[in-house]
Amino acid sequence: MSAETTPTTARAAEAPAGASIHDIGYRHYDGERHGRAYVRRSLYVQSLRGAFGIGRSARSKVLPILLLTFMCVPAVIIVAIAVFTDAHSLVAKPTNLVIGAMPLIGLFVAAVAPQLVSRDLRFNTMPLYLSRPMERSDYVAAKFAAMATAVAVFTGLPLLVMFLGGLLGKLKFADQARSFAFGLVLVALFSLLHAGIGLLVASVTPRRGFGVGAIIAVLTIPYFAVNMLMGILWYNDRQGPVEWLGLLSPGTLMSGVQSKYLDGTSDFPGEIVVSDVAGAVYLLVTALLIAGSYALLNVRYRRAGL
Amino acid sequence: MTVIATERLSKRYPRVTALDRLDLGIKPGVTGLVGANGAGKSTLIKILLGLAPATEGNASVLGMDVRTEGPRIRERVGYMPEHDCLPPDVSATEFVVHMARMAGLPPTAARERTADTLRHVGLHEERYRPMGGYSTGMKQRVKLAQALVHDPQLVFLDEPTNGLDPVGRDDMLGLIRRVHTDFGISVLVTSHLLGELERTCDHVVIIDGGKLLRSSATADFTQATAALAVEVTDSDDHPDGTAALREALLAAGLRVESGGPGTQTLPGAGRIVLVDAADELTHDVVRDTVAELGLGLVRMEQRRHRIAEVFQTPADAPQAPKGGGTDVR
Repeated sequence: MSAETTPTTARAAEAPAGASIHDIGYRHYDGERHGRAYVRRSLYVQSLRGAFGIGRSARSKVLPILLLTFMCVPAVIIVAIAVFTDAHSLVAKPTNLVIGAMPLIGLFVAAVAPQLVSRDLRFNTMPLYLSRPMERSDYVAAKFAAMATAVAVFTGLPLLVMFLGGLLGKLKFADQARSFAFGLVLVALFSLLHAGIGLLVASVTPRRGFGVGAIIAVLTIPYFAVNMLMGILWYNDRQGPVEWLGLLSPGTLMSGVQSKYLDGTSDFPGEIVVSDVAGAVYLLVTALLIAGSYALLNVRYRRAGL
Repeated sequence: MTVIATERLSKRYPRVTALDRLDLGIKPGVTGLVGANGAGKSTLIKILLGLAPATEGNASVLGMDVRTEGPRIRERVGYMPEHDCLPPDVSATEFVVHMARMAGLPPTAARERTADTLRHVGLHEERYRPMGGYSTGMKQRVKLAQALVHDPQLVFLDEPTNGLDPVGRDDMLGLIRRVHTDFGISVLVTSHLLGELERTCDHVVIIDGGKLLRSSATADFTQATAALAVEVTDSDDHPDGTAALREALLAAGLRVESGGPGTQTLPGAGRIVLVDAADELTHDVVRDTVAELGLGLVRMEQRRHRIAEVFQTPADAPQAPKGGGTDVR
């Protein structure tokens, strides 16, 4: 019957875009579709690149590059001293470099963790991830791995500079390799611990600014409080509890582990090294914190999105 | 073939029943899922995506069980959420490429499919700009693109016309229609406005309080209820323009409704004449009649149905004449 009226309304809606679309036509995709492992890996790579601002705006590259430079300057200076004074060893051990750079690493964690997880929560992107062939646990695994790798690269790079510099300075290879290996073990523990804590805090603070502040607070306030308490106890000759106090902040925990097991110099008051019993507890607490934060992240994401 | 089938599907939370023994059989095509806010639309989509377990009953999507084959379903299904979900600091291209990879597409294919899909949804030069500066219409297009980029067999669109102006709404509805006619992808689209779905969908399912209220081919709805709402001004010759028009239209042989119970709540009730749009010539007759009377035509529009009116249709409440497949356009 009335061929005029309906098609007019129909065409009005389709005409502007329709013209070009019919020329090209829709093509179906019959290519490969990868499974969960690929999706997890892609998310890992994308997150890791994002942590250093790669593939993002120039402005978001500034902070990671600046912090990374600050991290490497001491290593370069240490190497330079060794080379120019013909010394037989470097003036600082790799493990002590990591402990000494803790404030910088804290800043890096505080900058990166919200970038990795808070954005997806804040901008409600989680449902898009969840509606794809991955599970919540894949998301957590990819983000955790990316965060840990980012911190490891950040803390490991100056150690690499020291190691290579030491070799160039003709220091003994065996010594250098040994302390570098100890340094890498510390880097691994340190990265896993800080990735867990950083992501957990960031995942409950969808607003980026809060996340940054909260992570800095969680990493530094207990650290300084514990150091102060340790100092007070030490000068009052109550040395017994000092080694146990170290368990109360992530920073002193790592510090205790490196001086006990990784041939580091202690930065506790009086350069005390924790006892065997305390050392075992330090390791246990570290492992529990890493596993616990990972488990809590999974719990957190069971409720997130959609 | 059935794309979505549910059997006594229930979802109960401690204090609410979101879905109550829902039986559905949805065939390929564009299906509208209508219900008020809180009727259970989003819960149903969540269960169909395999993201939330049902309390009771079974559901399958594309022949796969939602309980056991969630990831495989999500590989073949797209989802466009209702709310904003786009990070403002990345471009549409980067974002959709990332989402394509998250769906399992290899990098090269992800880039090619992204370019294709963004073009199909009508996003051109602006796709390289950060999405923070996009209009609502453009954002909705990106959201649609990310749901289509992996070439699914079925997409769930949750309130895709939310927040759009009338033109944007029509564009989006036209696009949704094309997703099926041109791309061959089945669509389940939710809305709380029945009126806008009847032009787009082959089949409409209405749920309320988690229960199936009605499921039928769109043609059934439109035959029963197609009406034109006409509003005119008064003039010196016709102090009551509305009454004059009603008489003139009756004289012209059209069926004029004197306003049923549902019409009283429409905006401008009392000044609106509802004309049975038996065929397409009705528009012309109304226009000519108004012109002859010398009245000003304020509006003439296809009446938008509201869910309340479905309650008032006593005829055939929960029944499922799985008709489907009739193109209303």
